Amino acid sequence: MKQAYAHLTDPLIKANPITLHILGICSALAVTTSVSTALTMSAALTVVLVLSSAMISAIRHHMPTAIRLIVQITIIASLVIVMDLFLKAFAFEMSKRLSIFVGLIVTNCLVLGRAEAFARRNPVWPSVLDALGNGLGYSIILLTVGTIRELFGVGTLLGYEILPLVENGGWFRPMHVMLLAPSAFFIVGFLVWVIRSLRPEQAETPEFRILSHDETAQS
Amino acid sequence: MADFNPIRLWKRFLALPNDDLGKTLVFAFLITFVASVIVSVAAVTLTPFYQQNLDRERQARMEEMVASLSVMSDILSELKIDDFDVRIVDLSSGTFAKDIDPTSYNQREAARDPNQSLSLPRDSDTAGIRQRANFAPVYILRRDQALELIVFPVRGVGYQSMLYAFLALEADANTIAGLSFYEQGETPGVGARITEPDWQALWPGKTLADENGDIRISVVRGSGQGRFEVDGISGATRTGNGVSNMLHFWLGDFGFGPFLKRIQAGEIRL
Repeated sequence: MKQAYAHLTDPLIKANPITLHILGICSALAVTTSVSTALTMSAALTVVLVLSSAMISAIRHHMPTAIRLIVQITIIASLVIVMDLFLKAFAFEMSKRLSIFVGLIVTNCLVLGRAEAFARRNPVWPSVLDALGNGLGYSIILLTVGTIRELFGVGTLLGYEILPLVENGGWFRPMHVMLLAPSAFFIVGFLVWVIRSLRPEQAETPEFRILSHDETAQS
Repeated sequence: MADFNPIRLWKRFLALPNDDLGKTLVFAFLITFVASVIVSVAAVTLTPFYQQNLDRERQARMEEMVASLSVMSDILSELKIDDFDVRIVDLSSGTFAKDIDPTSYNQREAARDPNQSLSLPRDSDTAGIRQRANFAPVYILRRDQALELIVFPVRGVGYQSMLYAFLALEADANTIAGLSFYEQGETPGVGARITEPDWQALWPGKTLADENGDIRISVVRGSGQGRFEVDGISGATRTGNGVSNMLHFWLGDFGFGPFLKRIQAGEIRL
C-alpha cells in the first residue's frame, strides 16, 4: 500500500516529469501564459495520461513486440482526438485559445514516456496511480509557471485583477516579457534550480570536468 | 475440432507468443478497430455541439464586422434590424432568386449536394472549393433608404485549411469596406493571423477592379503598394495567395461576378 502511494506522490516533486525528467516542456512553454489555459491543458493531459496508462497496462501481456510503440501511439492518439472534440464541444473558447496544443498531447514525451517506462510493465492500478501522479506533477509545474506569467504579465489571476494596472489608476506596469515563450524557459529553469538546491540528490553527476589553464598545460 | 468454440479460440490466440506474426496482425486489427470505434462515436456525438459553437461564432463575427465597419458609430446606432436584409443570389445568372427562403437556405449543405451545386472545372477553381452551391446569400445594409454595404460570404483554400470569410463592399460594389475571417485552420501564429484585427484593418478602402473591370486586388509579399495591394503576413505567403485566389474566384464569373456586373450596370437596384 505504501509503495502504491509512492507511485502517486513521487512524481509530484521528487521525480517530477518536468523538472527532473525535463519531459513535456513544449506545452509547458506554450500554454502557460494564463492560469486558465494551464489548468485546462493540465486537466486534458492528466485525463489522457491516466486513461492511456490504464489501457496500455491492461493489454501489456499481449502487446506484440514488433508493433509495441505503434499500438501505444494509436491508443494515445485516439484518446487525444476524443479529448480535443470534447473541448471543442463544451469549452469552445478555451479550445480556440489552446489551438493545436491539445492535439499535440499525442507527441508529448510525458505520455509515451510513462507508457513505455511504467504502464508497459506494471499492473493496472499502480499504472493509474503513476499516471495520475505524473499528471499532477505536470499540472503543479504548469500552474506555477502559469500563475507567475499571468500575475506579472497582465496583473491578473484567472482573469481577476490582482495587481492594479497603471492604466486603471494602479501602480503595476505589466511585464510583457512574461507573455513571451522565453520567460517560461527562465521560470522552468528557475524551478529546476530551486528544486535541485533543496534536493541535491536530483542533480546529475557532471559528465566531464572543466580543467583550469594550469592543468591543461601539464597534461 | 468440429465444434467451433470462440472462447477457446480466443484463449489460443492469447496464448500465442507476442512475436508471432498472426498475433501481431490480429492484434493490430483489433486495436485499430477499437480505436476507430471510440473516435467515431465521439465524433458523431460531439460534432453537433461543435457545429453549434461554430455557428454562434459565425454569427458573432458577422455582428462584430457590421459593428467595426468604417461607418460612423452614430450611424450604426441608427441601424435597425429592418436595415439589414438577406437576399439569395442565383450565381450563374447574377439575379435574385425569388423562390428560396433566405432564412432556411444553407449554402454549405447546398455545396455538398450535387443537385444544388456546380462541379467546377479545375482551371476555373482558383479557390480550390471543387463544388460551388448554385445560390449564395448576400447581406444588404441600408442607411436612410440608401445602400450602405453589401456583404458576401466567401471561402477558399489557404495553406492547409478552408478559409471562410465575409467580404463587405461599399455601395459602388468596388471598394472594400472590410474582410473578416470567421473560420480557418491555418498555422497558429502565422497563417492564422488573418483573423487578427490589425491585419483585417488593412483591407478597408482597397479597390477590387480597375477601370477595365479586371479584378486586381491581391495580397502581396511584404508591403503592398497602391489601392489594389494588401500587405502579406511574413511566413504566410501561401495563406496570402489563398486569400487572393479566393477573392478572385468569388468576384469572377463563377462567383458573384455576374451579380456585381448587374449592380454596376444599374440593372439591379439594391
